[in-house]
Amino acid sequence: MAALTEEQSILKDQASSWVESQLPVQKFRDFRNSNSDGGFDPEAWSAIVEMGWTGILVPENYGGSDLGYLTFGLILEQLGRQLCASPLFASAYVGATAINLGGNEEQKQSWLPKIVDGSEILTLAVDEQSRHNRDQVQTTATATDQGYELNGAKTFVLEGMSATTFVVAAKTDAGDIALFLVPADSAGLSRQGMSTVDSRDYARLTLSGVEVGQGALLGAMQGSQLYGRVLDRASAGIAMEMLGVGCYAFEMTLDYLKTRKQFGKVIGSFQALGHRAAELYSSQEMARSCAEAGVTAIDQGADDEAAMSAISKAKTGEFLFDMSNQLIQIHGGIGMTDEFDAGLYLKRARVLETTYGNQAQHRDRYASLLGF
Amino acid sequence: MENASELDVFRRDVKAWVQNNFPSSLAGQDLAGLAGGESGARANDEVKTAMETWRQRLAEKGWGAPTWPVEYGGAGLSHPEANVIGEEIFQAGAYNPIPHMTGMGVTMVGPTLLEYGTDEQKAQHLKGIASGEIRWCLGLSEPNAGSDLASLSTKAEDKGDYFALNGQKIWTSGAHISQWCGALVRTDSNAGKRDGISFVMLPMQQEGVETRPIRLISGVSPFCETYFSDARAEKGDLLGNLNDGWSVVKRLLQHERQSQTGGQGASMLDSEPLHVKAQRFVGSDEDGALVDKDLRQRLVRNYMDATAHRLTAERITAEAAGRVEVSAAASILKNSNTRVAQTKAELALEIMGSQGIGWSGDDFAEEELGIVREWLAGKAMSIYGGSYEVQNNIISKNVLGLPETTQKG
Ligand SMILES: Cc1cc2nc3c(=O)[nH]c(=O)nc-3n(C[C@H](O)[C@H](O)[C@H](O)COP(=O)(O)OP(=O)(O)OC[C@H]3O[C@@H](n4cnc5c(N)ncnc54)[C@H](O)[C@@H]3O)c2cc1C
Repeated sequence: MAALTEEQSILKDQASSWVESQLPVQKFRDFRNSNSDGGFDPEAWSAIVEMGWTGILVPENYGGSDLGYLTFGLILEQLGRQLCASPLFASAYVGATAINLGGNEEQKQSWLPKIVDGSEILTLAVDEQSRHNRDQVQTTATATDQGYELNGAKTFVLEGMSATTFVVAAKTDAGDIALFLVPADSAGLSRQGMSTVDSRDYARLTLSGVEVGQGALLGAMQGSQLYGRVLDRASAGIAMEMLGVGCYAFEMTLDYLKTRKQFGKVIGSFQALGHRAAELYSSQEMARSCAEAGVTAIDQGADDEAAMSAISKAKTGEFLFDMSNQLIQIHGGIGMTDEFDAGLYLKRARVLETTYGNQAQHRDRYASLLGF
Repeated sequence: MENASELDVFRRDVKAWVQNNFPSSLAGQDLAGLAGGESGARANDEVKTAMETWRQRLAEKGWGAPTWPVEYGGAGLSHPEANVIGEEIFQAGAYNPIPHMTGMGVTMVGPTLLEYGTDEQKAQHLKGIASGEIRWCLGLSEPNAGSDLASLSTKAEDKGDYFALNGQKIWTSGAHISQWCGALVRTDSNAGKRDGISFVMLPMQQEGVETRPIRLISGVSPFCETYFSDARAEKGDLLGNLNDGWSVVKRLLQHERQSQTGGQGASMLDSEPLHVKAQRFVGSDEDGALVDKDLRQRLVRNYMDATAHRLTAERITAEAAGRVEVSAAASILKNSNTRVAQTKAELALEIMGSQGIGWSGDDFAEEELGIVREWLAGKAMSIYGGSYEVQNNIISKNVLGLPETTQKG
């Protein structure tokens, strides 16, 4: 654990006890089994808004607490541990980041307070094909007299069916990739839910001749800069959630190693499994350092923010990939049953792995950033 | 922990001191090699004199062992301050030869003496270590007692005012050039495996001690077989209680593990970043990416692993607010440091192709030959100080609380 300020420790503890008592993974399972619409429990979301987590990245004069990325990450980690589903990350982390970095004063005033009070749910619409590739955006935003006209299609949009506003990445006339705020009820925009292994809310979007005003463009940064920065920060945030998912999977596994008996002794006394646990634990420690460093680099405005985000996503990815597989393997047959939670963690792990680029893609990005 | 600004002031002073006191004639020399004793003997007189001046200056400041009390030759500094000294010396392209010149003295024997030694023992031994004048070796391993160290059989017999040692030690690093040895010996053959062991200190220049250097795969002979035939260790040189040597050595090995968790050593592998070496040997495509995409991914993995290791070491220090000397995480860090270093050497060799398999001669650059030797020498990292597997035993048992079976360690 990073050396935390008192405020961070308090929030982290609050999140941890709230998640454990109010939103254990059983809640997610119940929700999944209920086949309700949307990807999350509305009551849990109201409670999250109530606790002020939606304002962590929002400056105080727009109604937030401005506590920063590490603090937000600590909460994402806690939510990850119990697979809590909510639009917190999509809206109050990624959405708020886009507005903070790319919005003008007017945009900040009209959007940030609504992110904080939960009346708007924002989400980034980036991917257009099955593999995330930040450079391949075909969706276009053509300048018109009133503003812009957007045409294209998006896939794998997080919280896509519950979002009220999409932050759409689109190619401008100048060939840059810029971000546009597009209300979900815009004429010409249609969305369709996708059924994914992790039972969360994802959607496919079609934009045909969607008209938005001048105020839709987040234009505070030149060229494609904003788009890249938002994706980097989003990756660092996902890494914190992944850390939480993996740490909980590790704890479940360690517990089983100490209690399950075969051949007259607990299975954790077999050296092959003891060493595997030691390797997973070491990998977890490395992942924690990298994930925390990723969000800390953002708070510090570090020069290597982009590189650190790539490291955080790749290294937590490495840990969670192995951990989620070993979670099943070490539990044996019971790990394969739907009734047991291991499967939920494995499924969520793989979805997070593909979100905003997998390990190999982040390594590729890191090499490019270093110039080789 | 000191607040940052005090530490910054301290750093400025250290930087200035190093600038004023590091002999310019030593810049660019293989200082680690010189301090190691082997190439030190071959160095010319001017370099030797400069090295001696530099050692004396560091010793006067107590910077050979900065965290030790001043009365024992240290500088009484905190760990963050000691880290600053290390960083500034490294930054200046200099090298602190004292830890190296004392063999196992600064990193292992000294810290253990500070905890277990009597006042007389501390007064007798510590200054010589902190100043870099007395080199220590450790006679722990035996031909039949490696990872299972407690099965050792070298005996020490009580002869009234001294112990007589008989038996064979092996892999004793620096035994042939050391003045003192810390030896683990059996003092009660009837007691349980770990209960009849004691830790004694003895001078190496005596009739009953014989050393035979062993050649390593890297070509050098930094360690020996050490034979004791009625070798003499004074009663006053028993460290800790009689038959309680196992506690002493456990602590000593923790210090060893801690000293092997990373940090700056002069290395040929660092003379050029691996990706630059790869650009030179492997080549890049029109986008500037290495043409070998698989190598490129593995290079990044190694870079990221190195960063993860560094961040974890920093995180653990920060969490402990600079206090811990020996942390439970040392096994994790020793293994990650080993993995990063060994992989890095393998990558360097792969990148250099046939220039990475030279042994000697003009067909190969000095740097290329140096990397090959480092690659070979580095294979020891996962064997000494508790092997890679033994560290995993320690993690599973002591950190994770899993039961022990046959996996002692
Ligand atoms: C360069 C170098 C310098 C050294 N310097 C010194 C020195 O100065 N003083 C000194 O006393 N010693 C020194 N050593 C010795 C070192 O401490 C031993 O080599 C080490 O303890 C391993 O013992 P061993 O070589 O007998 O291997 P073994 O213990 O026989 O191990 C063989 C293999 O079995 C594995 N193994 C053993 N036990 C277990 C277990 N319980 N579970 C799983 N796997 C296991 C090991 O990991 C290893 O892979 C040095 C060694 C090297 C290579």
